[in-house]
Amino acid sequence: MLIRFENVTKRFGRFAAVDNVSLDIAAGEFFALLGPSGCGKTTLLRMLAGLEPLSEGRILIDGIDMAGTPPNRRPVNMVFQSYAVFPHMTVADNVAYGLKIDKVPRAQRETRVAEALDLVKLGDFAQRRPDQLSGGQRQRVALARALVKRPKVLLLDEPLSALDAKLRDAMRGELAAIQREVGVTFVMVTHDQDEALAMASRCALMNLGKLQQVASPGDLYEHPANRFVADFIGSINLFEGTLAPDNTFATAALDTPVLIEPGATAGPAWIGIRPEKIVMTPASAPRPTGPAARPAANVTRGTIVTSAYLGATTQYDVRTGSGTLIKVTAPNGTRSTSPALPVGTAVWLHWAPDAPVVLYG
Amino acid sequence: MTRITGGSRAAFWALFAAPAVWMTAFFVVPLSVIWAYSFGRTLGLTQVDVTGTLANYARVFDPVYLWIFAKSLVFAGATTAICLVIGFPYALVMTFASNRAKIGLLLAIMLPFWTNLLVRTYALMAVMRTEGWINDGLGAVGLGPFEMLHTNFAVITGLVYVHLPFIVLPLFSTLDRLDRSLIEASLDLGAGHLRTIFQVVIPIVWPGILSALLLCFIPALGSYLTPDLLGGTDSQMIASVIERQFKRANDWPFGAALSFMLMYLTLAAMAWRALAERRAVLRKAR
Repeated sequence: MLIRFENVTKRFGRFAAVDNVSLDIAAGEFFALLGPSGCGKTTLLRMLAGLEPLSEGRILIDGIDMAGTPPNRRPVNMVFQSYAVFPHMTVADNVAYGLKIDKVPRAQRETRVAEALDLVKLGDFAQRRPDQLSGGQRQRVALARALVKRPKVLLLDEPLSALDAKLRDAMRGELAAIQREVGVTFVMVTHDQDEALAMASRCALMNLGKLQQVASPGDLYEHPANRFVADFIGSINLFEGTLAPDNTFATAALDTPVLIEPGATAGPAWIGIRPEKIVMTPASAPRPTGPAARPAANVTRGTIVTSAYLGATTQYDVRTGSGTLIKVTAPNGTRSTSPALPVGTAVWLHWAPDAPVVLYG
Repeated sequence: MTRITGGSRAAFWALFAAPAVWMTAFFVVPLSVIWAYSFGRTLGLTQVDVTGTLANYARVFDPVYLWIFAKSLVFAGATTAICLVIGFPYALVMTFASNRAKIGLLLAIMLPFWTNLLVRTYALMAVMRTEGWINDGLGAVGLGPFEMLHTNFAVITGLVYVHLPFIVLPLFSTLDRLDRSLIEASLDLGAGHLRTIFQVVIPIVWPGILSALLLCFIPALGSYLTPDLLGGTDSQMIASVIERQFKRANDWPFGAALSFMLMYLTLAAMAWRALAERRAVLRKAR
C-alpha cells in the first residue's frame, strides 16, 4: 500500500473532526474523499499533507510513518482549493519554485518546467503573471507546480469547485487524463458526488468524521452500505419495513408487496429504489405484470403531482394510494415522448426484483 | 462616482458643511497664516510683516540647520528600521497566534500607546538614568555604570518605543489578510519557514510594509518630546529647533519656514510611496 491511515483521529477541542479512520490507498489510484461539508475529508487530506497534526493514529506513506515529517519533507504535493498561485511570480517561476528549493540544475529545471506547462497546456503562458490568467488557467499552474516535483501522491482540495459549470466538465475529463498520463496517485477531496463518480477509481464516503463506505463509484451507487450512503449518492426512494424469509418485503408505505432478489437476511430492514429503476406507464394502459415468481408484487398505482422536464430525462413525483411520494426518473428516449406526462395523470409504477437494495443501518 | 441629484444634494451639503467649516477654520486658515508668515519678517513682539522675502528659507539651508534636518532624517530612519526589525516578527507571531494570545500581544502593544507620552518618557528616564534600574541591575553583576540618558542611544530607544505600534498595527492588518494557503503552498513545495517568509510572505505584503514604514517614519521625523527629554545637547531634532523659534527666539517667520520644510520632506516621503504604488500597478498591467 502506498498510503495507509491507521486509526487516525483528529480532535478540535472535544469535537472529533476525523474519528478513527483506517484506510488504504494503492499506488496509481485516483482516490476521492467524498462527503458533505464538515465531514472531515479536508482535515484528512491536510493531515496527509502534514499541514495538520494528528490527535491519534498513524499515517504511513510507502511504509514510513509520517509523524514528525514536516510538510516540506513529505513526498506529497497539493493543489489548494484557492490554487494559492504566488501572485508575485510569473507562471514559469511559480512552477520552478519547488525545483529551485530542491537545487535541480538550471538546464534540467527549465526542461521540467516546460514539460509540466505543456502537460497542462500552458506552454504559451510561461511569462504571464497570475493576475493575467483566468481561474481555470490558474488552477493549471497550481497543478503543474505540484506535478513538476514528481510527488508520490498529488493531493487535490476541491479542485473544480471554483470553476464555472462548462469548464468544470472539461477539467473533469482532463484531470483524469493527466492522472493516467503521469501515473501519479491522486487523492482528491470533493463534496460533489458527480465529480467523485466521474473521475475517481475508488471513493471513500465520509460523514461526521467517520468513514461510511470505501468502494468503486459503481458499488457506491448500486451497493450502498447504509442509508446515509444510499441517500447521499444520487437520489433514492427509501422505505422502512420487514423482510420475510421468502424474500418479500412488507412496508406500510407501499400498497404492494415487494419481491427482492434472494440472499438478503430476513428481519427489520429498509429498501431503497433508485428513481430511474422504476418504470412508469399511463393508467390507461393494462396493469403491468409483476415478476414471474410473484405477479402481484412490485406494481403500484399513483398520480403525478410534480414533473420537472430536464431534457434527457423527466423527473416525476408520484403520490400512491397509500399517500407515499415516489420519485421516478423517466428517460426521454424518443423525441415523440416529449413533452412530459402532465401533472394529474394516473400512472402505473413497477420495478424488477433486482431494483431494490436492502439496507440495515 | 455617482451623480448627486435633488434631495440627496441637499443632504450632501448638510453633512459636508460642518466638517468643511471645521477644516477651513482650524486647518486651512491657520496653516495658510503660518505659510504666509514664512515669507515675512518679525516686527516687534507680536507683529509679522509679510514681505514676500525668501530670506527665511535661505536660512534653512544654513549648515547648522541642514545638519539638524539630516540628523532628524537619520534618527527617524534608524527608528523606522529598528521598528521594522522588531515589529515584523512581532506582527507575524501575532498573525499566527491563537485568538487568546493575539489579544495579549495586541494589549502589550496598545497599553503603552494608551498611556500619556510624558509619563512614558519620564518612566524611560527612570530606567536609563545613571542611577536607574538598568545600571543598578548591571552594577549588581559588576558592570557599568553606563551613561545612557541624554545620548543618541536614549533618543532612538525612546523613539522606537513610542513608534512601535505605528508599524505593528498596519503590518498585522496586512499579514492577517494574507491567504494562508500561499504559505502552506510554499511549505508544501519544500520550502522552509525562513525561505517562505523571504520569498513568499515579504514580496506579497511589500506594499503593506512600505505603508507601515511611512506611518512610522512621518511621526518619528517630527518627534519633539522624546528627543527633548531623553536627548543630550547634540541630539536635538528639527521639532525642538522649530519650537525654539516660535517661543524663546520669537522668530515666527523662520519657525514657519522650518515647519514647512519639514512638511515638504513628509510630502516627499508620501509622494515616493505613491510612486512606488503606481509602479506596482503599472507592472501588473504590463
